[in-house]
Amino acid sequence: MGNGTGIGRVRGLGSAKHGSMHWWRQRVTAVGNLLLATWFVVSLFRLPSFDHATVLGWIGQPFVAVALVLLTISVFYHLRLGLQVIVEDYIHEEAGKVLFVLLLNFYAIGGGALAIFSILKIAFGGVPA
Amino acid sequence: MSRNPGRPLSPHLTIWRWGPAMAVSILHRASGAGMAIVAGLAFIWWLTAAATGPEAYSTFLTVAGSWFGYLVWIGLTWAFFQHLCNGMRHFVMDIGAGYELRANKMGAIVVMVVPVVITVVIWASIVARLAGGEAQ
Repeated sequence: MGNGTGIGRVRGLGSAKHGSMHWWRQRVTAVGNLLLATWFVVSLFRLPSFDHATVLGWIGQPFVAVALVLLTISVFYHLRLGLQVIVEDYIHEEAGKVLFVLLLNFYAIGGGALAIFSILKIAFGGVPA
Repeated sequence: MSRNPGRPLSPHLTIWRWGPAMAVSILHRASGAGMAIVAGLAFIWWLTAAATGPEAYSTFLTVAGSWFGYLVWIGLTWAFFQHLCNGMRHFVMDIGAGYELRANKMGAIVVMVVPVVITVVIWASIVARLAGGEAQ
């Protein structure tokens, strides 16, 4: 670790050991969520019904499928960062902290992968209507 | 882990008098963590069920349309707008604005009232629509 400049002394510090990157990505994904989640909620309200055929038809459209994939990435990245801060603040033992951050990474990445695979399967016509 | 128990701790939740800024801060975490788990799982379930087939999807619809399901959707509606409104307040504070005591307190109160109002309006309209549909 550098001992010359100010940035050299603080680089790699902070509870996440990544300086301000965690904070910044929380903001970037927040803007992504603001746009994509608003679109998603409004679109759900505008769907004529939630039956299987309607939902498959909606997800199957290119712009909808891609927006849903981007929404999943933005939301699951954002919730991974947010839950990590909560774990870091409220779990004081280092072992528990590592365990919970590990679990929430599994949840965010595994859940995001499941959602994205399902969207793509529907969009590529893998589900008979 | 390596904390010296002889050193004093800073005053914590039980010491401070509750104010709007403090309440909205913990509501932001509660609504965020709640959505991260509940809305996250519901989103995954909805998509995997739709991608699996009509039977899996009808199981999802049955649970989603039960009284318990509606309770969850109402809670998530509030959590969504609570997190969204206070998230926008955070953007304002991120650019360095809104830290004056009166403005900050006012902002905190606004972002706690607005989500409740939006939730009531949305669900009143849904209930009205459902009631109208059943009457026909």
